[in-house]
Amino acid sequence: MSTAVDGNVNRRDFLMVATGAVAGVGAALVAWPFINQMNPDASVLALASVEVDLAPIAEGQAVTIKWRGNPLIVRHRTKAEIEDAKSVKIEDLKDPSARNANVKDSDQATDANRVVGGKEQFLVMLGVCTHLGCVPDGNNASREFAVVEGAIKTGGWFCPCHGSQYDTAGRIRKGPAPENLPVPPYKYLSDTKVVVG
Amino acid sequence: MKKFATLLIVSSALFGGVALAEEGAKPAKGINFSFEGPFGKFDRAQLQRGYKVYKEVCSNCHSMKLMSFRNLADKGGPGFTEEQVKALAATFKVPASPNSAGEIVDRDGQPSDRFPSPYANTEAAVAANGAAPPDLSLITKAREGWHGTFNQLWNGIGGPQYVYSLLTGYEEPSAEMAKEKPDGKYYNPYFQAGPFISMPPPLADGLVTFDDGSPNTVDDMAKDVAAFLSWTAEPKMEERKQTGFEVLIYLAVLAGLMYFVKKKTWANVEH
Amino acid sequence: MSGPSKYQPTSAVGKWFHERLPIVAFAKDHMLDFPTPKNLNYFYTFGGILAVMLIVQIITGIVLVMHYTPQTDLAFNSVEHIMRDVNYGWLLRYMHMNGASMFFIAVYIHMFRGMYYGSYKAPREVLWMIGVIIYLVMMATAFMGYVLPWGQMSFWGAKVITNLFSAIPFVGDSVTTWLWGGYSVDNPTLNRFFSLHYLLPFVLAGLVALHIWALHVPGNTNPTGISIKGPQDTVPFHPYYTMKDGFAVVVFLMFYALFVFYGPNYMGDAVNYVPANPLSTPAHIKPEWYYLPFYAILRSVPDKLFGVIAMFSSILILLALPWLDTSKVRSGNYRPIFKGFFIVFAIVCVALGFIGSKPPEGSYVIWGRILTAYYFAHFIIILPLLGLLETPNPMPASISDDVLSKRRPMLAPAE
Repeated sequence: MSTAVDGNVNRRDFLMVATGAVAGVGAALVAWPFINQMNPDASVLALASVEVDLAPIAEGQAVTIKWRGNPLIVRHRTKAEIEDAKSVKIEDLKDPSARNANVKDSDQATDANRVVGGKEQFLVMLGVCTHLGCVPDGNNASREFAVVEGAIKTGGWFCPCHGSQYDTAGRIRKGPAPENLPVPPYKYLSDTKVVVG
Repeated sequence: MKKFATLLIVSSALFGGVALAEEGAKPAKGINFSFEGPFGKFDRAQLQRGYKVYKEVCSNCHSMKLMSFRNLADKGGPGFTEEQVKALAATFKVPASPNSAGEIVDRDGQPSDRFPSPYANTEAAVAANGAAPPDLSLITKAREGWHGTFNQLWNGIGGPQYVYSLLTGYEEPSAEMAKEKPDGKYYNPYFQAGPFISMPPPLADGLVTFDDGSPNTVDDMAKDVAAFLSWTAEPKMEERKQTGFEVLIYLAVLAGLMYFVKKKTWANVEH
Repeated sequence: MSGPSKYQPTSAVGKWFHERLPIVAFAKDHMLDFPTPKNLNYFYTFGGILAVMLIVQIITGIVLVMHYTPQTDLAFNSVEHIMRDVNYGWLLRYMHMNGASMFFIAVYIHMFRGMYYGSYKAPREVLWMIGVIIYLVMMATAFMGYVLPWGQMSFWGAKVITNLFSAIPFVGDSVTTWLWGGYSVDNPTLNRFFSLHYLLPFVLAGLVALHIWALHVPGNTNPTGISIKGPQDTVPFHPYYTMKDGFAVVVFLMFYALFVFYGPNYMGDAVNYVPANPLSTPAHIKPEWYYLPFYAILRSVPDKLFGVIAMFSSILILLALPWLDTSKVRSGNYRPIFKGFFIVFAIVCVALGFIGSKPPEGSYVIWGRILTAYYFAHFIIILPLLGLLETPNPMPASISDDVLSKRRPMLAPAE
């Protein structure tokens, strides 16, 4: 480009800078749809909530439902299971955090903080082991497994992949998993119906 | 040679400009809709009335498989609320996933479910109607109201007008046409596949009552349902036109800037 | 392009890299400093526009494939899923669909520019021929892409065009079955068209690189058709033509945006919004607008095999253009009789397109035949004869002379 008088240079520079800025903004605005198209689309988001009817789940039974592509465990706990969960001291837990989306992050993993609305008979959590993602097995009613000295010897969940053991409130007690099984956001629409997500 | 060229230009212009109709189909009636034009928008109340017409009349024979109940609450559409959509969906029964015994039972519809189809498959639809009633999700994009390159450029492709004209276009055939009319079919000069259509006239004055007392003649209902079907075919139309306006403004500004940049760049070069 | 690169790396890293892969020098020589004639008009911006459209098509295509399912039962609905559920899916789909038409509008202007200004003449014959191959690959790509939504026209257009191969003597039916992967256009066909439609744009990118390389050996032509005599005839590509091409691209994008946002289905066919039905043929099967002239030529010949031969010949004859045009003068600017015939040829092409859009009945048939005959006559009779018989207008001595002679009346300074 040829040289120019001072004033012309400033005008031309301003024009170049302004055009560059406008073009840059345009490039960013154009890029957004291409990036956003990879985000979950409307049909995926529509399936993000699921309603669960609790009435058919008898005491001592559990159902597993697919929610956001993962297994969701809904267990109707027995009184014995609830008592055992309540008797565990927080200091004995490998992960003291509640991991419940419905309470504060800082809340501790008391049994009350692992359920919602004080309805302690229903435990709702994601059946995805916090180690590497396998589905823990919940058919432990008659199975004996060593957790810690003096703790409940039956019940809870056992992950077959690497041996993680979760208690009757879904909290990690033994094995390589670092965290308690996560409790997703859910609320009671009535005494017998919850909506998850 | 110049004459030959002139002849070619003139004949191209003539052929291109004339609105030609398909054999057997009259060009559609040229009514206007609120959503036409670069700044057009759907009339929410009209879309809601059109949905009612679809639900009470058309859905008995025509599926709409690409629509889900949740779409009725989407932005740019009829504007139902989430609660209304949930309540509406629950009035329908849909087959649930197989239960533990492997049986498929019905459950209440949810917003994420698709509109249910009146027939399980095409064969059942043909058996019940003589011909398969087409799915209506895209019908206003799948039909042309008229032809002609320049005609369609100024007036649009005329899909909604085709639907409106078809619904209001049933008439008594002339004596000659009556002789040719196959039994069980009806005469409609707007039908694109020839003037004899298997569908009986679906609308009658007062067939659907609107809660707000809006007029419900055949003409009104045909307009309302044509508008509704235009939305089901193009639910993103309002967003598209709005974005287009913003994009064109932006590009015009950028073009102006680039023009001056180009001029300044070339200022000192003879060219 | 001659002589050593003007790129002198200043940093140590720059020097180290330049010794191993001189890509910065390459970019500087070919995209920044390249001496370009200073008198190029806006018809010469369409090469840049085409490069931009190829990138647009590739990027929109790749993101669309993230949501598309190439299976006959699912394809149509997957495209509607893109239109309705995918974030900005409607925009991506309409951009890709109208981008294809824009690509062809630009390529036709680019080709007609070449034919008018004699860009195909020596020593640019290979450049031109690579261009014809690019055009053929574009046509194949667009044909296969149109099949993917699996609408009525997708299916029936595929059926008609693949059936053409059965016209080949002896092996025709085997070739057609091989193309189909079955006894008709069906799922195997859709799957392989999907694979090839994804592949060919990258082949195109490679061909475009060869095309630009072949251009940069002799350098660009210009509206006078007179070769560059020295640096007084040229300007560096950057910033003169980067800015001019940039402006042209933005204006082209405005034209593109008009279709994407306000007339996205204008250039298409409504019947493609009906899912494919192998048992029911639409009333009027026709290809997309950019194939219509060739469709008219195909139908003008009553014999199946010769119709196919005529259609392919009408494109392949372009390869011979550098030798069919015998004129020693490059640019149509100085060939007044050629100019007239060029305009007629352009009108004939448009008229053939119009005929291709009509049912092959009545006067359309005879007009189709007349125009087809004229199309071939232009290449085989008119161009060879013109070169021998025409007296060109006087030409300027050089590009600079031409530019100055046009400017002379304005050379008096005005404050």
